[in-house]
Amino acid sequence: MARPRTSAGDVLFQGGTGLFALVIVIITAGIAFVLWGRSALTIAKFGFGFWGTDRWDPVSGDFGARTFIWGTLYSSILALAISTPLALGIAIFLSELCPHRLRQPLAFLTELLAAIPSIVYGLWGIFVLVPAIRAVEQALPDWIRATPLFSGPAVGVGMMSAAVVLAVMIVPFSSAVAREVLKAVPAAQREGAYALGATRWEATKIALYYTRVGIVGAVMLGLGRALGETMAVTMVIGNTPQVSASLLAPQYTMAAVIANEFAEATSSLHISALVEIGLVLFTVTLVVNAASRLLIWRMTRQPHERSIVAPLVPEEKSA
Amino acid sequence: MMVLCGLSVGVALVPLAFILFFVITRGISALDWSFFTQTPKPHGETGGGMANAMLGTIIISGLGALFAVPIGILAGIFVAEHTRSRLASVVRFSADTLNGVPSIIIGLFVYALVVVPMKQFTALSGGIALGVMMIPIITRTTEELLRLVPMSLREGALALGATHGRAVFTVVLPAALPGILTGVMLALARIAGETAPLLFTAFNNHYWSTSLLQPIATLTVQVYTYATSPYDDLHRQAWAGALVLVTLVLTCSILARFATRRLERMQAGH
Repeated sequence: MARPRTSAGDVLFQGGTGLFALVIVIITAGIAFVLWGRSALTIAKFGFGFWGTDRWDPVSGDFGARTFIWGTLYSSILALAISTPLALGIAIFLSELCPHRLRQPLAFLTELLAAIPSIVYGLWGIFVLVPAIRAVEQALPDWIRATPLFSGPAVGVGMMSAAVVLAVMIVPFSSAVAREVLKAVPAAQREGAYALGATRWEATKIALYYTRVGIVGAVMLGLGRALGETMAVTMVIGNTPQVSASLLAPQYTMAAVIANEFAEATSSLHISALVEIGLVLFTVTLVVNAASRLLIWRMTRQPHERSIVAPLVPEEKSA
Repeated sequence: MMVLCGLSVGVALVPLAFILFFVITRGISALDWSFFTQTPKPHGETGGGMANAMLGTIIISGLGALFAVPIGILAGIFVAEHTRSRLASVVRFSADTLNGVPSIIIGLFVYALVVVPMKQFTALSGGIALGVMMIPIITRTTEELLRLVPMSLREGALALGATHGRAVFTVVLPAALPGILTGVMLALARIAGETAPLLFTAFNNHYWSTSLLQPIATLTVQVYTYATSPYDDLHRQAWAGALVLVTLVLTCSILARFATRRLERMQAGH
């Protein structure tokens, strides 16, 4: 069969649009490249020890980023712990149990949570949430305040406020993806459960078990979002580089330290240290987001229906 | 169990109600005519407004759209029309990755690429940073909408003798255009509320400025600066700024979502 003639117009079309598509790839690769290049100073000077020490001293040029990794991980994991049950509950309610007329408005309202800018969350956090949490912290009985989880002065700004704000921010993302994933459950699964005499909740449990991979993906998507959140966290976390298990203690996250110190960093070592933190943040969110997308994609694509006659038809042997 | 799930919806909606309540009540009491017409007064003095910040947000968002819409739409066309090529998969992966990059990292990237060579914080660099954030959203929306256009439309155009490119630009793209514009509106709503990438690209400016080569004030950065300052009057203005911002962003988002619903209903009716 003769190859179809490609006109110059087709080549121009493919090349032209392909060029713009390539720009996206170049930008993404460029971010990694630029971050790697600009952090060369501290990578050369501190190596992996950068991530093992607590000392963050721009004046004497001694940098160690362990406090920031701790703050980021602790706040994100706490936020996940708070938001995952909520997100799952919302997803289950909206996809299974909600009366039909309420579904659209309620889904719309939870999506509205995602549309609010993070600076507004931060503003609300500083002036409304932090005083409330301070009151709660100060009202805690002494024997609770003696435990390491609640030790230290009750100033309001700290890990608890940051975790609550982060949790509120990531609930809409996790719940939206969880709803999509629950929608992908084939009707046969649920109908089979009901046919076997399951209650509403038992059928829901079966649907959840079927989509467990996708639910993990939804949770990881929330994690990726929490890791990179900057403004709301930096306004309520207290911005103190210290490693502390206490929920009351002000701490610091990777994104927050970049936001606060970058515009005023003067020495190239300081800038390089901040960019190295940015490089690790970029890499970690890339891995978490890619993993979550993989898990979600696995879940929402159509499952392969095996034909009943397949075993009976002999396979074509290729020469 | 069912009650618990219903409760979780309530628990999640409580912060939404709280935030909107406080933004509206505290913001409205601080809004007055001078807020919309005056530039900031020196710190410590009462009064002044955010006129320059509102203009700055409009300018930078417009710049971002100018930068991102051509790239996003053309890239989306490529990925939709050459779906099986390897470059298309790579582009899809890159766009999804770029979507998930924390906005502060994009600020770092644009700082290194634009601010350092120009030796100056500029509105242009802020626009580029926001544009980079818009590109993946527009690309993905364009690709999905072009995929939805029925194959018969393309085949009809090709049967009439059009080249692939002409078929796309004269037949397929106009069919998908309303949805693409909705996607652009959603992307604009998202980046209008961004603060972190502007912290060291567009920086901030206390004066009325329309120049693209100077730092520029934006609503988001101004609200951040005022909120973290020690003056009560600035806190008051921060709430007002937040009210304007939330109104802008939510209106765009809600309009875009209604447009999407209407489009879905129109397409389902075919």
